[in-house]
Amino acid sequence: MKVTVTVNNAEYVRDVEPRLLLIHLLRDELGLTGSHWGCDTSNCGACVVWLDETPVKSCTVLAVMADGRRVMTVEGLGSRAGLDPVQQGFTQCHGLQCGFCTPGMMLTARWLLDHNPDPSAAEVREAISGQICRCTGYENIVRAVLWAAKNGGTG
Amino acid sequence: MQVPAQVEYEKATSIEHALTLLARYGSAARVLAGGHSLIPMMKLRLAQPEVLIDINGITDLCYINLTGAQLRIGTLTRHAQLLQSQIVGEHFAILHDAERVIADPIVRNWGTVGGSLCQADPSEDLSAAFAAMKGTMVIHGPDGSREVSAREFHTGPYETVVGPAEMLTEINLPIRPGGGSGYQKVSRRTGDWPVGAAGAAVWLSGDTIADAGIGLTAVGAIHFAAAEAEEYLRGRAATQETLATAGEIAAKSCRPVTDQRGPADYKRHLARELTTRALRLAVTRARGQAA
Amino acid sequence: MIDHRQEHHEGGPYGAIPRKEDARFVRGQGTFVDDISLPGMLHGAILRSPLAHARIISVDATAALAHPKVEAVLTGADLAERGLAWMPTLSGDVQAVLATDKVRFQGQELAFVVARDRYAARDALELIAVEYEPLPPLVDAKTALAEDAPLVRDDLPGRTGNRIFDWTAGDKTATDAVFSTADVTVSCDMIYPRSHPAPLETCGIVAAWDDVTGRLTLWSTSQAPHAHRTMYALITRLPEHKIRIVSPDLGGGFGNKVPVYPGYLCAIAASIVTRRPVKWVEDRSENLMSTTFARDYHMHGEIAATADGRILGLRAGVLADHGAFNATAQPARYPAGFFHIFTGSYDLEAAFCEVTGVYTNKAPGGVAYSCSFRVTEAVYLVERLVDMLARKLGMDPAQLRMRNLLRPEQFPYTCATGWQYDSGDYPRALALAMDIAGYDELRREQAERRSRGEYMGIGISFFTEGVGAGPRAHMDILGLAMVDGADLRVHPTGKVVLAVSVQTQGQGHETTFAQIVAHELGLTPDDVEVVHGDTDRTPFGLGTYGSRSTPVSGAAAVMAARKVRDRARLVAAAMLELSPDDLEWADGKWRVRGDPDRGAGIAEIAMAAHSSLELPDGVESHLDASAVYNPPNLTFPFGAYICVTDVDPATGEVKVRRFIAVDDCGVRINPMIVEGQVHRGLADGVGMALMQAIVFDESGNCLGGSFMDYLLPTALECPSPELGATVTPSPHHPIGAKGIGESATVGSPPAVVNSVVDALAPFGVTHADMPLTPANVWRAIQGRPVRPDLALS
Repeated sequence: MKVTVTVNNAEYVRDVEPRLLLIHLLRDELGLTGSHWGCDTSNCGACVVWLDETPVKSCTVLAVMADGRRVMTVEGLGSRAGLDPVQQGFTQCHGLQCGFCTPGMMLTARWLLDHNPDPSAAEVREAISGQICRCTGYENIVRAVLWAAKNGGTG
Repeated sequence: MQVPAQVEYEKATSIEHALTLLARYGSAARVLAGGHSLIPMMKLRLAQPEVLIDINGITDLCYINLTGAQLRIGTLTRHAQLLQSQIVGEHFAILHDAERVIADPIVRNWGTVGGSLCQADPSEDLSAAFAAMKGTMVIHGPDGSREVSAREFHTGPYETVVGPAEMLTEINLPIRPGGGSGYQKVSRRTGDWPVGAAGAAVWLSGDTIADAGIGLTAVGAIHFAAAEAEEYLRGRAATQETLATAGEIAAKSCRPVTDQRGPADYKRHLARELTTRALRLAVTRARGQAA
Repeated sequence: MIDHRQEHHEGGPYGAIPRKEDARFVRGQGTFVDDISLPGMLHGAILRSPLAHARIISVDATAALAHPKVEAVLTGADLAERGLAWMPTLSGDVQAVLATDKVRFQGQELAFVVARDRYAARDALELIAVEYEPLPPLVDAKTALAEDAPLVRDDLPGRTGNRIFDWTAGDKTATDAVFSTADVTVSCDMIYPRSHPAPLETCGIVAAWDDVTGRLTLWSTSQAPHAHRTMYALITRLPEHKIRIVSPDLGGGFGNKVPVYPGYLCAIAASIVTRRPVKWVEDRSENLMSTTFARDYHMHGEIAATADGRILGLRAGVLADHGAFNATAQPARYPAGFFHIFTGSYDLEAAFCEVTGVYTNKAPGGVAYSCSFRVTEAVYLVERLVDMLARKLGMDPAQLRMRNLLRPEQFPYTCATGWQYDSGDYPRALALAMDIAGYDELRREQAERRSRGEYMGIGISFFTEGVGAGPRAHMDILGLAMVDGADLRVHPTGKVVLAVSVQTQGQGHETTFAQIVAHELGLTPDDVEVVHGDTDRTPFGLGTYGSRSTPVSGAAAVMAARKVRDRARLVAAAMLELSPDDLEWADGKWRVRGDPDRGAGIAEIAMAAHSSLELPDGVESHLDASAVYNPPNLTFPFGAYICVTDVDPATGEVKVRRFIAVDDCGVRINPMIVEGQVHRGLADGVGMALMQAIVFDESGNCLGGSFMDYLLPTALECPSPELGATVTPSPHHPIGAKGIGESATVGSPPAVVNSVVDALAPFGVTHADMPLTPANVWRAIQGRPVRPDLALS
């Protein structure tokens, strides 16, 4: 069936099976491979994107549920003019190693800072508690988000 | 990543439309709300509905309203909304306690209260919380709506009284004076299903427990409730001893099963320990003291 | 308070610079295997056995082949016709690619479906009909050697039992003598449960066979692309120069991406059969159920000491569960890896260990997850025993360690099982950790809390690692020496390309290796481009694992850079019309002795080396150089960790309050990257100690096949680490670096377990096995511990 989704401010119309997961629409149909997947059971959060300005696990949402809605992926962070402060923070603070969880982490961080511009470390940890990182032990992710909060947090 | 089997899809535009579709497809259909209980089951192919009826467009089903002495929660309310709601926090601390430890913040953004209750997982936290609060479920069907006590709603693991042509539309909770509530959960890790959890509500009249509600999950408690323990507390003073005894009675009345989360004897112990702790928390709050 | 000495390399490109590779990752522009899409590409899916042990009666793929989107189905019989049904493992065993006679673990590969999209491939799996004759499964390693145990490997001719190997190290006689005369001995049975590295990106491959050129191009999640290429050449009989492996960006490895998996070979075979590219990327459940697990060591350990706390000897007997095929990856001479480094960080009179490896009906593997070839198991054993000894003697565990740690003047130190530890100042590291932790204050707080019925624990772990395998004289994998190459190409403008054989999975090689070369050649890291992961563009080497990149490949990069520098000296001498002896290397340039304003840097010299400048006889043009580094020894990073936990005995819940880690990895090239590695390892320790285990039931069902049950720590379980560092350079490494990648995963679990056991001391608990879930802690307090590896009904 036909779905119309606005991803990173561009409208896409595709014909998909109802069972197609949103993460696969983004990656396989639209070629936006910046969002990843890492599990079968909605635990890891590598697939986090924004759906109508709300972070969701896109492996647990059907593409048809996104019909008529807006999606933002990591490719929509920042602009040609420059990186979002969250992206800068991750670079400055070594908030990533293999980079696989990073897009999801950054999108959650961006959402957090939009709603809570000066979070505590504990609030950052709570915000990312549904997302797994296997490389960083989380400390530098937290530091990256706090850096972004202090350095032009609202992008 | 695992992916669902083929399925057909209908988008409901109103409650009536949803009911029409449910009547047409019967048990071949499943209601799709947040999908965060159903879609994981479909990906593992443990659930293989033939048709999904998407109700996310029925925004009328998403509300948290205080009307008189009742809190009314629409079935499509997202877990995150319940957690953010000041009204809920004010009157039903147990729901905030429980939501804080359900899944994770991202899942809570999209999963719904109704979806979790209808999934009827034997370890569902909200089932215990609503049982403790003695809530009422409103179910819509072809013949109109009916009400079922939260304690009658679940009939077994993954089974509720909602018929194939029916839909849960609302949960409502009475607000009664002198109340306080709380939830205590033990899990192997943040966001995991409980190994055992207890929710408690007390309504005090002076120092006496006028009424009590105790909900238990993941420990095989019938209808997610500890009725005997509640009966014991009614009319008694709220002391350390009575609360501890209530915990013991609650533990005796449940039927935990050994599984990966823990052995049965440990779960029974948790039923006792957490019931007592939840009661203590409820009493403290009922007395208006800082928890 | 933090002792950050960079004694040997002040300034220069070493230092905490941001990483070059981040630019693509923060934009979502990394290229991981599943991101790759080729024209005409098909998708593969594997049918896996639901049973742990069964004879295969029949496999019928007719219905699957009739599916409109299915292009091919491969079964064990199909592969057998081509001699591909079995493949060699890294331990000299064979492993089924697709099962033919029997299935030997739940999740074993049976058939490979190739379809036009991944959803159709998944659907088609349900259309393959398999008839099994179930057999009794062997699940409990402890029963593997019993007379009536089911025989797992009846495919191997002449095999009558499940014993794989017996291996010993140390001096049994001397050790027995020590134990028989010691004042005090303590013994303990402990399990290091089966866990899994679980990198966030699962394993996968895109195989593209070109019929016209006869070339096979593979994009694959491989930590060792050259070793894989050689294996594929041997298995498929395709010549190596016709096989190209590109390991693009990897979403973590941790040893999980070292082996060759059946899915890779199936994709290759399918590409050859269909003549189209075939992508196969596994699900998470496949990853957890069939790819290389880690640990699963059942250990009996003993420690002997004098009454006043001098540790005399250690003895260990180990039962190693290797699963259905012996597929562990470690130097061939050491079937138990480096376990015999269980002598730890102490001066012992004698030590002896014996390890018996057995087959069971479980997934194959055992060496993975940052274990440094079983050093995780060794360190866990010795550090638990030391704590137990402290308890028995009534001594503080820090004091007991301080009394027995090797002293700096004892290095290089040959331990009782033959390892030659290269360098270390152990007491200084422990003292620093205790200082950062405020150890005495913590003990005071513990006593005060105990009096109020609150239970906190303080756990110490002091570890010696052995990494950077390894010397050609006694280390090889499948006959391939563990040496690694580096090729340096210097462009006319003085920019440099370094090609290395190791493969990063997030460790930052593109930055740290650039820093190494930049430091040797007076350049900036931006001037150095690091190429890795493509067998067409890099020299041969055995890959990244066992923390070997810095010790081995890093050394090769240094040697190549110094060759460049030495050649540059000759060219500079020709430029300046001087003798090479008139020049000295200072401040990143070849300068004239006594006239330091005259000289030339690499950029200038490079241009000259490409020009028509007259060069002396024997000196070739250009500055390019290569090196292959054969390490003379392992390197021995070490550390002192302290973990503080709070335990609620009524529920068994454990909260990790603080984690202090002092690491010594020799010279620290990029402290920010070093610290990132330590952060990760500490999280691993929290995970393994408290929640991670792959558990089986009596029927051989794997109960840890998803992240719902194989639990990984989140940001809420991991405390903010408190780090310190000391630097004792490795005397044999060209820049004194030792490697850090696995140190914290090795050192942290014992610190957490020691901490929890310490918290529970008032309840009489002297040991409790990982994972210390709330249930397991509560049962330990009750005196009825559960067995953590087997779910017995």
